[in-house]
Amino acid sequence: MSLNVNEIRKNFPILQRETSPGVPLVYLDSTATSQKPLPVIEAMDHYYRRSNANIHRGVHTLAEEATAMYEAAREKIAKFIHATSARQIIYTRNTTESINLVAYTWARANLKAGDLVILTEMEHHSNLVPWHMLQAERGIELDFIPVTDEGLLDLDVYKALLSRSPKLVSFTHMSNVLGTINPAAEIIRLAHEAGAITLVDAAQSVPHLKVDVQALDADFLAFSAHKMCGPTGIGALYGKTELLEKMPPFLGGGDMIKEVKLRSFRPNTLPHKFEAGTPAIAEAVGFGAAVDYLTSVGMDDIAEHEHAVAEYALERLEEIPGLKLFGPDAQHKGGVAAFTLAGVHPHDVAQILDRDGIAIRAGHHCAQPLHEKFGIPATSRASFYLYSTKDEVDLLVNGIYKVKELFG
Amino acid sequence: MDDLYREVIIEHYKNPGFRGKLDPHDISFEDNNPLCGDHIQIDLRVDSQGVVTDARFDGHGCAISQASADLLVESIIGKPLEELKQLNKQNILDMLGIDLGPVRLKCALLSLKVLKAGVYGLGEASDELVE
Repeated sequence: MSLNVNEIRKNFPILQRETSPGVPLVYLDSTATSQKPLPVIEAMDHYYRRSNANIHRGVHTLAEEATAMYEAAREKIAKFIHATSARQIIYTRNTTESINLVAYTWARANLKAGDLVILTEMEHHSNLVPWHMLQAERGIELDFIPVTDEGLLDLDVYKALLSRSPKLVSFTHMSNVLGTINPAAEIIRLAHEAGAITLVDAAQSVPHLKVDVQALDADFLAFSAHKMCGPTGIGALYGKTELLEKMPPFLGGGDMIKEVKLRSFRPNTLPHKFEAGTPAIAEAVGFGAAVDYLTSVGMDDIAEHEHAVAEYALERLEEIPGLKLFGPDAQHKGGVAAFTLAGVHPHDVAQILDRDGIAIRAGHHCAQPLHEKFGIPATSRASFYLYSTKDEVDLLVNGIYKVKELFG
Repeated sequence: MDDLYREVIIEHYKNPGFRGKLDPHDISFEDNNPLCGDHIQIDLRVDSQGVVTDARFDGHGCAISQASADLLVESIIGKPLEELKQLNKQNILDMLGIDLGPVRLKCALLSLKVLKAGVYGLGEASDELVE
């Protein structure tokens, strides 16, 4: 039932490497991007060695194989998040592009000056800046669900905001800094009662939790392959069919059209309407292999394992004098531990840990407003995934004591 | 244990000799390193001959950015502005006595960027100033 982390680690070649002679890699930066297991690397390698061709319209063997692989991956991804149809899965470059797709198409077709969009104070820049840009262009209004001192969304304020009839509620399912897992189903239900459309930034949740778009009743849901054992350069936007069908296309070009005349075009059907030009085909194949891999390990087991590692990490980190953790207690969060260390800048913490092969991230993690809210320019962040171990947590803790010693 | 955190850097970070602000001042400039949130402001007093008579830095950030600011400010007092325009990346690395990768180089060079933008009277500090 529970996950065998030693067996899992054997699937990830990079985890066997040393960062310098005799110093094994301790990778605690999976929230930024996950490492890639052999089945993903091999699927992409196999695609390039055997089946590489441009997709759709080709009639030769390779083109048919490539098309079938590209579309089979879409089916897998749809099933993984329990979408009713693969037509609801639009390939994008990443979560950021998925959110921008909604901002450029649905929002520009449906929002006008004065319309309210509700975001939260814990958003990644990718779910802030597209709306800032639309605000500048269209004069839409933005308001924010506040984050409490405990690192949770203040749902009472949210309910009050909903009385102003928002058109869209766009929020992160899981904070990339605080690790907070937000009550997405409840946020969406309340938004729908107020007549709003919802967009879920699921970049951090889809890799780590079982996400079911039908149970959530999400209108749009965005995520990236590279945070879930897949390659960079590909992500997905899930949308409800009736919304996607009414939306204007995104980028114009080949593949997104049904017919082109010299002076006009007719857009293609879903999902191709939103996929202009030659897409990331090998990456789609890798994305599908990543979904297969995570499914074979089991999302429930992954979540349980991460929770155990994170709980242990929070416990151990809390003991360190001068270390301050951000975000809610383990019960409300995923495998993320963001912290500051008195007297030492996070960049210095990360740099010194790197000497011991420990990879963590330091900075504002593309969530500058959230850091401003807590009155700090930056944090150090360790994050965990299915291959993380408690031994690695111990190495992290020892490393932090070394940092303290150096800065004495 | 490691070159990057030589004693001189830790010492200038923890006990900077030239942290503060000058009021009045003749030149003042500030800028951020958006990557890690480092912030540096440098104030200068300059006499009629164009020589720096006093200088201070203020701000916050990592040990590399703050130590290099302290070392830089210490080194420019008594120097003519024209000479400061000639300072470059290598001067900073020589002062720190270390070599840096591309990410941390930005931290180390922030103070020089701020200084030169101020000396040239520019509206914005650009990376070209320290190349």
